[in-house]
Amino acid sequence: MAAITTSPAHHEEVDPNASYLEASKGIGNWLVTVDHKRIGVMYLIAVTIAFALGGVFALLVRAELFTKGRTIMDADTYNRMFSLHGVVMVFLFIIPSIPAAMGNIILPIQLGTKDVAFPKLNLLSLYVYVFGACFGIYSMINGGVDTGWTFYTPYSSSDPAHGGVGSPSAVLPMTLAAFIMGFSSILTGVNFIATIHKMRAPGLTWRRLTLFTWALYATSIIQVLATPVLAITLLLLTMERFLGLGIFDPRLGGDPVLFQHFFWFYSHPAVYIMIVPAMGVVSEIIATFSRREPVGYMAIAASSLGLALLGFLVWGHHLFVAGMSEYATMVFSALTFLVAIPSGVKIFNWVATLYKGSISLQSPMLWALSFLFLFTIGGLTGLFLGMLAVDVHLHDTYFVVAHFHYVMVGGTVMGFVGGLHYWWPKFTGKLYDEKWARFGWFFVFVGFNVTFLTQFVLGSRGMPRRYYDYLPQFQQLHQISTMGSWVLGFGFLVLGTMFVRSLIGGKPAPRNPWGSAALEWMTPTPPPLYNFVKDPVLTRGQYDYHLATDDELYEGYDDPLFPKRMSKESREAKARS
Amino acid sequence: MSREAVTAAHVDSSPPHAGHGAHADAAHHGPVWLAHHFDTPAQQFDTAKIGMWVFLAQELLFFSGLFVAYGVYRSWYPEMFIAASRQLNKEMGATNTVVLLFSSLTVALAVRYSQVGNRKMTGRLILTTIGCACMFLVIKFFEYKHKFEGGLLPGRFYHPHLEHLVHGSPPLPDNTGSFFSIYFMMTGVHGIHVLIGIGVLIWVWIRNNRGEFSKEYFTPVDIVALYWHLVDLVWIYLFPLLYLI
Repeated sequence: MAAITTSPAHHEEVDPNASYLEASKGIGNWLVTVDHKRIGVMYLIAVTIAFALGGVFALLVRAELFTKGRTIMDADTYNRMFSLHGVVMVFLFIIPSIPAAMGNIILPIQLGTKDVAFPKLNLLSLYVYVFGACFGIYSMINGGVDTGWTFYTPYSSSDPAHGGVGSPSAVLPMTLAAFIMGFSSILTGVNFIATIHKMRAPGLTWRRLTLFTWALYATSIIQVLATPVLAITLLLLTMERFLGLGIFDPRLGGDPVLFQHFFWFYSHPAVYIMIVPAMGVVSEIIATFSRREPVGYMAIAASSLGLALLGFLVWGHHLFVAGMSEYATMVFSALTFLVAIPSGVKIFNWVATLYKGSISLQSPMLWALSFLFLFTIGGLTGLFLGMLAVDVHLHDTYFVVAHFHYVMVGGTVMGFVGGLHYWWPKFTGKLYDEKWARFGWFFVFVGFNVTFLTQFVLGSRGMPRRYYDYLPQFQQLHQISTMGSWVLGFGFLVLGTMFVRSLIGGKPAPRNPWGSAALEWMTPTPPPLYNFVKDPVLTRGQYDYHLATDDELYEGYDDPLFPKRMSKESREAKARS
Repeated sequence: MSREAVTAAHVDSSPPHAGHGAHADAAHHGPVWLAHHFDTPAQQFDTAKIGMWVFLAQELLFFSGLFVAYGVYRSWYPEMFIAASRQLNKEMGATNTVVLLFSSLTVALAVRYSQVGNRKMTGRLILTTIGCACMFLVIKFFEYKHKFEGGLLPGRFYHPHLEHLVHGSPPLPDNTGSFFSIYFMMTGVHGIHVLIGIGVLIWVWIRNNRGEFSKEYFTPVDIVALYWHLVDLVWIYLFPLLYLI
């Protein structure tokens, strides 16, 4: 815990009131920085690269499925492509995307503090992530993996080089990569929990935390308590492949289903590591663009913690057809249905917040509303899969693929991209082109639905997931899905171009471009090195629009699409009411 | 809850003298050991503590996978586990348990001496703790050596040499390699924790010698001691599970 003991020397030489981007120059200063915002930006760059890479793998998988039989690659390559898509998207992109990248930048500002609790540990977690990613890249160069992202044993653990019958691909470096990146995730979680407990500004009570902070708190608990189980599981898997331990390999007296229990004890809670932060982002966006306190604030906060708790109790629903006692399957099924309660609490509260809110449909809000729409589909189809009898039919079909893409892409990626739009001006000090943003959103939204709605149909008609070839009757739907993936890819291309254009020639952003009452919008854009020019003292909550002053909300406020929606008179009338 | 107060607190974006605002001297706002982003020593101490406790929770979950694997295989192959555990050296295990328990005492005393500002005794006690940790590893080394000589190795490498086995012990079933897989994984992962413990103990020992700690600031000694207690705690469970029952 060296992180907390000494003052970083280079902070003393710089002007703390300059923006964090300009406080010190040179790549060297960035690489040794302990500033949470710079670390967050570096994470953001890393996860964006990972997202692009994973996206290319996905497009290749969809392209191969365009016709039955061979289209562009052979079956072995195809197996590697979908495995790499899964590994890269889960371990390199989604897990760190919102907490480690955006959370790192925004959390301390929303807490009104200068930095996270352990700044050096924060930098270490970035380097651990990069170190793990290097193992992943090494594995990809050496043939990648063909086990799927789940590394199921004994296929993954039985090494043909030692007389085994398992996967000949580079499983060892890839599991080590996931093992190492797990520690990065744990360190971030430890850091955030300590930060939220101990670093809040005066006046920032637990009830005044933003919902994003609550979501990160719930996420951190899962990261700290679930990830170590994955770590030990992957360590056992690595050692089994290396030394033939015989813990998961039935030929050596082991039990492959035990691996599935261990793996999902992490990986199901990990689903909430992925989705809960996105829910936090959506809560922020909906509050800001409805101009009001979220309805059921405590209910939304508590439901984040509820998801964190329930997430630990439902891993067995991944094993309904793997061989488990009937009583266990019934209990897991019942517990799985409970997850719908906190999820439903959130959805209803967000919708209630919109009701009679003063809604403006700017680009971040489009993403938040997409989240509501798509996550609801993703969540409800999850209930189908939690139901024992239905799951036997749907297990390992495209229905499952469509379900978790509706949650992971329709939920997390919508939240991530929405958050990127929302906080982009704060991160970079630049505005982006709203027309391009809407254009990109349209293609992503349409492309996503064309790609994955089709897969629900494919799955319910019996198309198994991960298959290289299929029966003729599935070809038409596969082709529609593949064409959807092109639209989706084009949408992200538009968004990428838009953000690059913003960086190069974007107009400077005002302090509070969206008229939000939350703390991160009260500090200059981009924020100074220590986040605030003056240590903030909170005398109101972060959603108290009725207590915020016009200056706080509307100084520099610019909404070209609705120039008259917030005239001075209506603002005053609103303030009086 | 006046608006003026909010405004003053939140949107003071143009300080009278840029560069000489509230944070200009942030790095020098207290004692040397108070990091720039904390307001008070108490806040820094509490934060470090909560961080360490959360980290220890993580450690427990890390070991939990091994304990579950142990439980599953023990319930499947109880005779094999009993036969295999006879091959472990109880005396050495017991000695190691005493060594580690004693080291927990010395490290706890080191924290106490650090709290009252007795640098000399703190240093001595940390050194004693490091000595115990090394002794633990030396004893462990001889145990491992014996297992290697006897071919009592994990999974694929399990080839027992009958002449090296403990006399009068029950015969070992064919799948005994599973026991030694779990034995080596559990004690190996624990051993790595001991090694890391030695590393961080040396680190606080050096800092103590440099005189960085005082009655006001002893946080690193405290959190390293917490970690060391966890290493001890895990062994307290490993010893009976592997050697005794």
